[in-house]
Amino acid sequence: MIPDTWPQSLAGGALIGLSAALFLSLDGRIAGVSGIVSGALRRLDENLLRNLAFVAGLMLGPILYRVAFGGWPLVRIEGSLGVLALAGLLVGFGTRLGSGCTSGHGVCGLARFSPRSLVAVVSFLAAGIATVAIMNALGVA
Amino acid sequence: MSVIFRTLSALVCGAIFGFGLSLSGMLDPTRVRGFLDIFGAFDPSLAFVLAGAVLVSTLGTLFARRMRRPVLDVAFHLPKKTVIDRPLILGSAIFGIGWGMGGFCPGPAVASLSLGVVPIFVFTAMMLVGMLLHDNFFEKRGLVLRRDADAQV
Repeated sequence: MIPDTWPQSLAGGALIGLSAALFLSLDGRIAGVSGIVSGALRRLDENLLRNLAFVAGLMLGPILYRVAFGGWPLVRIEGSLGVLALAGLLVGFGTRLGSGCTSGHGVCGLARFSPRSLVAVVSFLAAGIATVAIMNALGVA
Repeated sequence: MSVIFRTLSALVCGAIFGFGLSLSGMLDPTRVRGFLDIFGAFDPSLAFVLAGAVLVSTLGTLFARRMRRPVLDVAFHLPKKTVIDRPLILGSAIFGIGWGMGGFCPGPAVASLSLGVVPIFVFTAMMLVGMLLHDNFFEKRGLVLRRDADAQV
């Protein structure tokens, strides 16, 4: 039941937590990817450079992984382009309306004992579980 | 000078985040969807990732609370909103539907752009469209209730 890659998952998670801890104590900000990405899109202010740098760093991550382990991390995409396009639209709109995603509400919000983030996490987990169950029942991929 | 340090700090934090995502297996949408598939081929990996992340992040938060200000700024910039409202619940649910459909959330989508795979470009491009649609159309015209302006989450 539990994949034998669980130590990598735990260690990778700890690094994500370390990134959030560093960003908070150095920059005084929440390492929420949806907020940072949308900030890099529109705000022409002092935060733009910081947001762009964080996004560049994120993209550097898999490259560092490749340097360290000699291959790209595994990415298996099963969904059709149409499903992925609609999914992307919903993720973009939803994370902005809901003020955060898995990183901002999940990793950072839960660590701050934020009731808003707990509600958000329960909401997106429930919706995600229901969506996968419905797609499986209908045979959509 | 401080701008250079702040930019460098964001770059390093982003890189640690992206490397952690890669190591954790969370760049793989099939694995992420496996976590959400609790009635089928359930894969608990994401629970290990979240546990490790929240544990270290909580220690960092407790540490930061003892600081008068962050190292590279004059004050902390944290969300001030505490009310649990409809945009929070509805927005998170809409995000959850997209997450379940594609198996990508914003962090892994942006990080895995480096792999140069077309479907990831399509997903991320549409994600940016969704964000711009919200920020520039719905929010500006007051079609959604106002969010916390400070919430970088």
